[in-house]
Amino acid sequence: MSQKIRVVIAKPGLDGHDRGAKVIARALRDAGMEVIYTGLRQTPEQIVSAALQEDADVIGLSILSGAHMHICPRVMELLKEKGLDDVQVVIGGIIPDVDIPKLNGMGIKGIFLPGTPMQQIIDFINGHARARV
Amino acid sequence: MKSVIDRAATRKARWEREVLEPALKKSPERKGPFTTISGRPIERLYTSDDVEGIDYDRDVANPGEFPYTRGIHPSGYRGKLWTMRQFAGFGTPEETNQRYKDLIAAGGTGLSVAFDLPTLMGRDPDHPLSLGEVGKCGVSIVSLQDMERLFDGIPLDDPKITTSMTINSPAPMIFAMYLVVAERHGADWKKISGTIQNDILKEFIAQKEYIFPPRQSMRLITDIFAFCSNEVPKWNTISVSGYHIREAGSTSLQELAFTLRDGLEYVQYGVDAGLDVDDFVPRISFFFNSHSDFFEEIAKYRAARKLWAEAMKNRFGAKSPRSWQLRFHTQTAGVSLTAQQPYNNVVRTALQALAAVLGGTNSLHTNSLDEALALPTKEAATIALRTQQIIAHESGVANIVDPLGGSYFVEKLTRDMEEGTLKYWETIDRMGGMVEAIERGYPQKEVAEASYQFQQAVERREKVIVGVNDFVQTDEKPIEILYIDESTAARQLERLADLKRSRDNDQVRRTLDALKAGARGTANTMPLLLDCVRAYATVGEMCDALREVWGEYEEVPII
Repeated sequence: MSQKIRVVIAKPGLDGHDRGAKVIARALRDAGMEVIYTGLRQTPEQIVSAALQEDADVIGLSILSGAHMHICPRVMELLKEKGLDDVQVVIGGIIPDVDIPKLNGMGIKGIFLPGTPMQQIIDFINGHARARV
Repeated sequence: MKSVIDRAATRKARWEREVLEPALKKSPERKGPFTTISGRPIERLYTSDDVEGIDYDRDVANPGEFPYTRGIHPSGYRGKLWTMRQFAGFGTPEETNQRYKDLIAAGGTGLSVAFDLPTLMGRDPDHPLSLGEVGKCGVSIVSLQDMERLFDGIPLDDPKITTSMTINSPAPMIFAMYLVVAERHGADWKKISGTIQNDILKEFIAQKEYIFPPRQSMRLITDIFAFCSNEVPKWNTISVSGYHIREAGSTSLQELAFTLRDGLEYVQYGVDAGLDVDDFVPRISFFFNSHSDFFEEIAKYRAARKLWAEAMKNRFGAKSPRSWQLRFHTQTAGVSLTAQQPYNNVVRTALQALAAVLGGTNSLHTNSLDEALALPTKEAATIALRTQQIIAHESGVANIVDPLGGSYFVEKLTRDMEEGTLKYWETIDRMGGMVEAIERGYPQKEVAEASYQFQQAVERREKVIVGVNDFVQTDEKPIEILYIDESTAARQLERLADLKRSRDNDQVRRTLDALKAGARGTANTMPLLLDCVRAYATVGEMCDALREVWGEYEEVPII
């Protein structure tokens, strides 16, 4: 069985600016991870169900539109409901400073703002993804 | 000819041997690579031999003369400065209306509406996908009532303040709302001017705010061409946009080539719909990015004018000089702005704006210093406008037409951009056109690849971004940003509920049914949409009616 870390990259909400999501998907794949990109306009329900089906260790959300305080709590709630508490959720995008402690409080530790080096994201995921057995 | 080139080559060889090499021995060049931000290799020196094949009268020509490489106006900015058109929109229509009045008071000379994501995607605020998005990235427009609030107290028939609206899939619905507001202000449709972006092809390529499949989307656009040539003859029916293609990660050349090829596609569809080229092409305008590589951008604008003029004349047989003349708006590159050390963004924006002006832009938006963090504050938006005013009134560059014309480097780079574009056009023509190329994912793949290559170059620090991968500062103080709360969503939801109670819902149903019937057939959709708007149908309802007939487009994601 593959020991590769499995990552679902998702673009929730109505925004279509997918440059970041696509670049990070490719960088994680090049770093040896198994990457599933959901495509655009996914609801929290669709994202969590993709994570379940794909046996994901990590969910990466790309959010630039300012809707993060609606989308993230819902994703975390659904993960808990499905017993996927150990799936690590990371966010990349435009997140105002004031929201970061609130997101941390929901259990989202990896929040990557514009200009973050790819390697930092790769290292974070390698260090925080649940152990595969 | 050959002997001239030989002589030039000998001249350069002698210089390299006698002057350059000894100098390099003493002090070698920096490591490089010496490439543009798009990865194009740049030589250390350009001389007259680099422009040997360029004929001034045929390829460059004086401003106001075909092929307009040096500009479409004989007197450049000595007659009229470019339009200072700042893109703005957030929250409720009332809040945005106030921002417009502030911008006009600060000396802005055009308005540009930014809509929120639900409006851009044709969804009402009560749709589940609108959750958390209402009023966030732009202003929320639901029905004619909101459009009336947005333009309250703003004269729509004043030729000095025209409005541009960044709307694509729901462009016909929003345009219909604008026309009804104009009608109620007593403005004559024959006299009003303004712009709708209405460029769906770049949505499929880059920004992804599409609703309907490509061919039905193209029909909505040709309906607008036909409607406007009779009813609203001064309206700019489309703003063919490279901006978003560039922001999605394309090179400068790809931006140029794909955007102009999109333009050719619209012209072809218009011709196929039975329109006369010289009737609708003069109302087509363009919208380019101004990124950080100064000369490459200037060359891009110069090449764009030449390529368009020649394509209109030779490919489509356009007879009117107004069809040949490419007019364009420019926005500085949002993607180049950094969240780190945000005040540096003022400098980036100033340089990019200067490139746009030296390239002869007809209108310009300058980004605000805080846009990597949020929508701009009023203070940041004012500095952005002031940047344009300083270029216009202090730098002296607006005194002369195309000051870089004749530069060996700029002329060579202009020629290279032109040749590169023609190669891309050949590939796309072979696929059957841009719609077909998009259906095969061709431009999407090209852009994704370029964007990844650039990111890799940044990671390797071959491309330096000040404050991000070099010259990093760890003791930064946060700046104040605009935070949009949830009150807009609550207010817009309440208004939507009120509207549905107070309007004549039977009339709404009748007009929407007529729209669906028209969409199934070949009727022009614009008059049908005007009826829907007058009955206070919402953007979401009108788009849903067409979704029911045409379905929704879903892309196969390309990484």
